Formats: sequence, C-alpha cells, structure tokens
Amino acid sequence: MKQSDVYNSDSTPSESLAASKQNGNRAKLFIRLGIGVALWAFLYYWLKPAADFITYDIFKLSASSHLGSSVAFFLYDTPKVILLLVIVIFVVGIIRSFFTPERTRQILAGKRQVFGNVLAGGLGVVTPFCSCSAVPLFIGFVEAGIPLGVTLSFLIAAPMVNEVALVLLAGMFGWRVGMIYLVSGLAIAISAGWVIGKLKMESYIEGWVSEIKMAEASSTASGMTFEDRIHYGLTAVREIVGKVWPFILAGIAVGAAIHGYVPEGMLASFMGKSAWWSVPAAVLIGVPMYSNAAGIIPIVQALMEKGAALGTVLAFMMAVVGLSLPETMILRRVLKWQLIGIFIGVVAIGIIIIGYLFNAIL
Amino acid sequence: MKIKILGTGCAKCHQLEQTARQAVKELAIDATIEEVKDMRKIMEYPILTTPGLVVNEELVCSGRIPSKSEVTQFIINALDKEEKSKK
Repeated sequence: MKQSDVYNSDSTPSESLAASKQNGNRAKLFIRLGIGVALWAFLYYWLKPAADFITYDIFKLSASSHLGSSVAFFLYDTPKVILLLVIVIFVVGIIRSFFTPERTRQILAGKRQVFGNVLAGGLGVVTPFCSCSAVPLFIGFVEAGIPLGVTLSFLIAAPMVNEVALVLLAGMFGWRVGMIYLVSGLAIAISAGWVIGKLKMESYIEGWVSEIKMAEASSTASGMTFEDRIHYGLTAVREIVGKVWPFILAGIAVGAAIHGYVPEGMLASFMGKSAWWSVPAAVLIGVPMYSNAAGIIPIVQALMEKGAALGTVLAFMMAVVGLSLPETMILRRVLKWQLIGIFIGVVAIGIIIIGYLFNAIL
Repeated sequence: MKIKILGTGCAKCHQLEQTARQAVKELAIDATIEEVKDMRKIMEYPILTTPGLVVNEELVCSGRIPSKSEVTQFIINALDKEEKSKK
C-alpha cells in the first residue's frame, strides 16, 4: 500500500527514482514467484507419468508385480507430498506473518466464553510460536484478562492442528480426511477450553503467575512489507521441509512396502470399527507418547493400510500430537496438578468422542 | 554492553546465543552475553514468545531467531544510543 502511495503522489525525482527501483524489485519478485508456481504446476502434472516411466520403462518392472507397484507408489507419492507441503507451508507462512502472538493477544483480550473459544481455536492454528513459549504466552494472555478457558483453547489448538499433518493426511488419504482432521481438531480445542472455563478452575493457576507485573508487551516486529511476507513464507518452507523430509520419506517407504506386500485388513480385527475398545486404547497409548506431526504419519499410514478404522487412527494421532508429556511438564510450571489433570482428561475425552464419531459415520 | 538471551533452554535459544556470540566477535566489541532461563526474570521483559534478545535492557527481538546481520544491526543501534547518552 505504502509504495503505491509514494508512486502516485507528486514526488521529487529522487523519490520517484527510489520508488521505481522498489517497484522494479517487486516486479522481479513477482516474476520469480510466477516462475516458481509454473515450475511447481509443471512438476506436479508430470509426476505420475514420470514415476510410471521410471518404474516400468527404465527399471523394467511389471505393473502387476508387488515390487513394481511398490516402487511406482514410492516414486509418485514422495515428490507429490513434498510438493504439496511446499505450497501449503508457503501459504500458511504468509498467513502467519499477519498474526504475531502480540496481535493475537490483542484480538482475544476482552472476548467472552464461547465466541472467545472459537476465535482462540482459529488463532491457535495461525499464530506462530513453538511449544517452549507456552509459559510466557499463558502468563501474557492471563495478564491481559483473557479467560482461562479461552487461553487453553488457544494452547490446545496450536499443537493439535498442524499444517504438516494436514498436508500429509490430505496427500495420502485425500482432502476429505484432511478436512476431517482440521475440523475435529478445532472442535476439540474449542469445546475443551469452553468446558474448562465452565469448571471455574482459575484458583488452580500457580500463585506466582498473578504476582508477575508484566511489562506491556509491544510487538518488536515493525510493519512488514509484502516482500517481507514472501520471504517469511519461503523461510518457513526451508525450515519445516528441511526438518520433516526424512520422516516423510520413511513414512512413504513404509506405505509403499505395505502397499505391495502386506495383505489388507490385517489389523481390522483389533483396530477396526467392530472393536469398541480400540478408540480409548489408542488414546491411552497415544497420550504418553510424543512425536511431531511428521513423525507420526508413517505409523498412521501403516495402520490405515492394514485396515484400522479412520476414527481410531485419528484419535491415536491426535493423542500423540496434541497431548504430550513435555508440553504438560512445561504447563505444570503455571498450572497446579489438579488443573493439569482436568486439562488432559477433558482433551482426551474430546479425542475419544471424535474417534467414535468418525468410526460410526464413515 | 550487556546482551541477554531470554529462553528456557530450547534449541532455538542456543541458536540465538551462538548467533549473538558471532556478531559480538565480528564487531570486536566488549560485551557480556548472559542466558536468562528463570521464567520470572524472563517475564520482566515485555515478551510473549521465546527466544528473546535483550540489548542493554531493551528487548529488541522475540519469538524468532534473527539473522546475524540483524543482530549486528541491533548492537550497532544500541552503541549509537550509548554514544548519544554520553553526550
């Protein structure tokens, strides 16, 4: 916006020179972006033919053989998921550049229950922060007068709904599964925060939290330009894809091996829909486990391929990703153990309900 | 010059500390770098997300790892302020 104002106004020659130089840089950035998107679309379009060509014509594997279908699956799925990841993380990165934690706090301050919970859940997904910041965020939110339940909705949604997990699920099982994960994760964060708010547990916040006289937090990030946001998105892609690609490779390799060899329905008897106890069992096993979203996907892939029910697998995954021992230990610094217990209990029950729900309707 | 790294000891905090050390070394200035890990002390600064970088008691960056050139710029800005206050 600012640049175009400068450009349109009656400016001195040196100013307009600077403005046109800036516009030149912006044009260059747009051209590079355009080339990037075109390259992305080109690669995506040619993935399947290329994978088939390499498998069947170069390696001379038969399409009907186990090895052939496994190799074709691996060669097609790996670049596909990585391409999807790149574009989604880039877009999410740009969205995140608009939501600093300071701004989120400002938005949430003064919001009541219910509406506040819904807003907090959504903002938890798009506000960038790492789990080690849970304590300062918690204190900052509570200090700003944001209700406990709303604050917890935010802190539950952030790890539970993860963009890497969303892309991987969508890429491997289709967009319907991805959307189910997104919506149910949000629903759990919103309702669990609301329930804890109703329980009026404010007295179970550690005493030292209220003693803190926190300095007025002002965003240290000054206004970002459009170029800054693009760079922010690209940095996010570099960081996240750089970190998770080995997990993705492992996950797809597991999937490919199973795809060609292991008979389907192997797990159906004890992780299928008919085993009623499988959902709570999956959550009980999942809560003490901790893995990042990318690391859990190989397991999800293996379970689904062998005939486990979607609701059960989803519950397991959410329990691992959304509720973790390290995060609970971090929150223990500000919450008394009774509140920690309620927190884990309410979220776990929410996950179990979601698991049963999707086992019943799908 | 006093530089503080705010953070409870996660990987990002260590990364920021190393970036700060490099910047100080390259500028060849006299500076102390201190890691602040006590949450109560951290919260004395206007910070919502760690890691945080404090130069001469002013929080200049939080929630991300700034590049070395950014840290260098923060330090130069702080040096300028020191100069001005002396005059």
